[in-house]
Amino acid sequence: MSDLTYKVIVGLEIHVQLKTNTKIFCGCELAFGAEPNTHVCPVCIGMPGVMPVMNKKAYEYSVLAALALNCNIPAFTKWDRKSYYYPDLPKNYQISQYDLPMSENGFIDIPIEGGETKRIRIIRAHLEEDAGKNTHTLGNFSAIDLNRTGTPLLEIVTEPDLSSGTEVRALAIELQRIVRYIGVSHADMQKGHMRFEPNVNLHITKDGKVYETPISEIKNLNSFRALERSVNYEVRRQLDDFMESGRTMEMGNKKTFGWDDVNERTVLQREKEEAHDYRYFPEPDLVPIEIDDDWLTEIRSRLCELPLEKQKRFVDEYKLSDYDAGVITAEKSTADLFDDAVKAGGTPKRICNLLTQVGGKLANEAGCSIAELGLDAESLAKLAKMVDSSEISATASMTIFEEMVKTQKDPEAIAKEKNLIQSSDSGEIEAMVDEVIAANQKAVDEVTAGGKKSKKAMGFLLGQVMQKSKGQANPKIISEILNEKFPQD
Amino acid sequence: MLNELLNFTCKQLRDKIAGGSVKSVDATGAVLDQIEKLDPDIGAYISTCREQALETARSIDKKIANGEPVGALAGVPIAVKDNMCTSFGATTCASKILQNFKSPYDAYVIDKLTGADAVIVGKCNMDEFAMGSSTENSGIQQTANPWDITRVPGGSSGGSTAAVAARMCFGALGSDTGGSIRQPASFCGVVGLKPTYGRVSRFGLVAYGSSLDQIGPVTRDVADSALLLNVISGRDERDSTCVSKDIAGDCDYLAEIDKPVDGLRIGIVSEFNKGADADVQKAIVAAIDVYKQLGAEIIEIEMPHFEYAIAAYYVIATAEASSNLARYDGVHFGHRTSAPKDYVEVYSKSRAEGFGSEVKRRIMLGTFVLSSGYYDAYYLRALKVRNLIRGDFTNAFAKTDCIMMPVSPTTAFKKGEKTADPLQMYLADVYTIAANLAGIPGISIPCGFDASDLPIGLQILSDVFTEDKLLRIARMFEAKTDFHTKTPTVIA
Repeated sequence: MSDLTYKVIVGLEIHVQLKTNTKIFCGCELAFGAEPNTHVCPVCIGMPGVMPVMNKKAYEYSVLAALALNCNIPAFTKWDRKSYYYPDLPKNYQISQYDLPMSENGFIDIPIEGGETKRIRIIRAHLEEDAGKNTHTLGNFSAIDLNRTGTPLLEIVTEPDLSSGTEVRALAIELQRIVRYIGVSHADMQKGHMRFEPNVNLHITKDGKVYETPISEIKNLNSFRALERSVNYEVRRQLDDFMESGRTMEMGNKKTFGWDDVNERTVLQREKEEAHDYRYFPEPDLVPIEIDDDWLTEIRSRLCELPLEKQKRFVDEYKLSDYDAGVITAEKSTADLFDDAVKAGGTPKRICNLLTQVGGKLANEAGCSIAELGLDAESLAKLAKMVDSSEISATASMTIFEEMVKTQKDPEAIAKEKNLIQSSDSGEIEAMVDEVIAANQKAVDEVTAGGKKSKKAMGFLLGQVMQKSKGQANPKIISEILNEKFPQD
Repeated sequence: MLNELLNFTCKQLRDKIAGGSVKSVDATGAVLDQIEKLDPDIGAYISTCREQALETARSIDKKIANGEPVGALAGVPIAVKDNMCTSFGATTCASKILQNFKSPYDAYVIDKLTGADAVIVGKCNMDEFAMGSSTENSGIQQTANPWDITRVPGGSSGGSTAAVAARMCFGALGSDTGGSIRQPASFCGVVGLKPTYGRVSRFGLVAYGSSLDQIGPVTRDVADSALLLNVISGRDERDSTCVSKDIAGDCDYLAEIDKPVDGLRIGIVSEFNKGADADVQKAIVAAIDVYKQLGAEIIEIEMPHFEYAIAAYYVIATAEASSNLARYDGVHFGHRTSAPKDYVEVYSKSRAEGFGSEVKRRIMLGTFVLSSGYYDAYYLRALKVRNLIRGDFTNAFAKTDCIMMPVSPTTAFKKGEKTADPLQMYLADVYTIAANLAGIPGISIPCGFDASDLPIGLQILSDVFTEDKLLRIARMFEAKTDFHTKTPTVIA
């Protein structure tokens, strides 16, 4: 088998729930986790005689997302009915877009190893209504909750440009960042705001010949972990299957799988691709949408610097590591706070550390975002400057940060209140150093003896001085004085 | 003896009620008595709402007694086709599948009628889901033509037109997808108007062919048609295809109804007439002569794509219907079969039991034409024909004010006469269908009688959003003739 090589080919179908206030074709509020069938009206449950009316915001959000994904926005787009019978679909057709989607031909750059990016092409993104939810916990009966019916969804279809589970995961995370940055989706995976369906197969080269394995579609994945693992699992399974059976792709042998999160394996749902005939035709109850340059320009003006650009700029301009830049740009509000604090004069690395370490911990405890802790950029910059100028210690800065969150007070005021200002009065410090030297002959001997133990003893002396000063002496100055007293070779 | 109150038109009655000389409760009572007397033979109503109607009538009388302002249809008893959702009673679409359907909301037109202080007396029979031309496809009951109860009233709004003709209401609403207001109006000797597509909101009209359906008035004369159109037209935010005032204009159709159209140019296609029965041909020719005498210029026009209208219609309408009617599945809406053996049978048996054969035929036809591999050959081609027909009308209206032709090639036929051959029934829609495909308004007005004393209708078509002119043209004829004042045998 040494002559066998393979390439992983993955394309994605992604559903992103848009965060409009109301549903796509009626005035019902979008609500997650509400009592079943309490956010419904005659329109979204498709009662006889009702008609849909388009939610303009849903369209604008979808255009904004498509622009962020570098798609073309055609001037004319229309709605189509997609017919299939299913209990969670009240009209037995879904209003979607077929041959003239609201956007097409885009791409998304995803971060890969070593600060590099890879471009994944997007075939199209279109707008459609979500269906309801079936539950099967009532014995002989199934229950249908139609609260979700009519939720606006953006369906994004990529080219099969992805070549590993890691890349698939990277795309998902990047897409989540993007839609959150531009404010069109909460993109909360656990709430099903983003659902992924990878199509996976392998191009296997064996004895100089290329074989394509049958495509597997994995349905409805809504965690990054499941997404990555299911793709990896399919790669292994298809490889095994090919070695065993030599099966290759043919018309109609695409299979549909689910993901068993407990046993970490894909589970076959449909052996053969059913001959789906959705009988698409133009939705006669809705008028087509024509978008003119003014409208498009207006929507475009709502775009912001996208996460990957921001991340790169933080690396280039602020000299953050790619890792730090990635962490700080995970959420736009944090990235903006960081950016503003740097512009207000704080050192980038210092602010980044404060935000990601203390801020991250506090936000996690409070269950909010770092920006929601309520710190302003000015105070943050001031705090960072105080550390940089040795007015306070790095440890003290963390305490002050926490206090700032609690009280919204000025960092300097807190530092004074809590006696955290470091003393840089060298006379005062020298007196303390002398006291410590007099009291610790053993350590002094070790220092003067030089060698291995000397460094440790120096540290001990420094610690003693710090203790004496109740932590308020500037350790840099203590070091300088100690070094003067015991010159090292 | 006919209660003389029943001879008033809507407009006359409204003015009398508003003026205090007639009580709405008396007019409503007269209508309800007439229904009680005649409807066992006619079968125009699927349901009536006696108590509610009388109560509404009394409250309007009270308003008037108190000197409060009242609406344009104050106290006038009106009937509506049973495919318009009402928050009272059932909305059946004359289908077994919806026999017990109670709408939680009112259709836009119902809101408009009640807003104008009309008294809704009941809901009229129709072909099931408005599919048919004789009302014989009703899954609930049969309706007779008031001029000869052995004959059909036409369809699909046959209940509405029979009710108006038999004085069982003062006016009614019907819906017209391929001629369903105009053809039964012609068979029943009343005035039926199909407004421009988008003139009247379809919100709450149970859909058949969504791109063709339009609600319109059925009345005894043209002025009433204008009055009802005044009430039911207008922009409705809930119907995206309902056109805004900037495009459709906003006018009082009644204000200038008696003003003749100067220099009227009438388009005709001579060969069209030849397809109709001799009596119909004669009546149409005579009607056009009336216009000639009024100084109209007759212009021969060409409608080269007219002959493809029926084919295009039965592709588009059935395609839309197959999708619109998918929700009646026993799971979401409508009749549910009693003992399904599995989940698929809930769907298949509920639908098999609930739908009548014509509805099934059209669902199958529509499903077929939308199927993968057939879409381009049928649906897409039908849309192209539709555009060509629109073009034919555009060209015609560039040199004419209106086009005149028969409504139907025949007068009312015998019950059962055509049921065995659905295709023959489809072909009878030849004159009415093109207006729906093009979205233009059309009206049917009484213009004569055949040898059996059955009414004949003259169809007048005009360009989109020119109902004001269309109604004035129709009124010019009505003012010179008395066909619309004749009463059917059943009430004589």
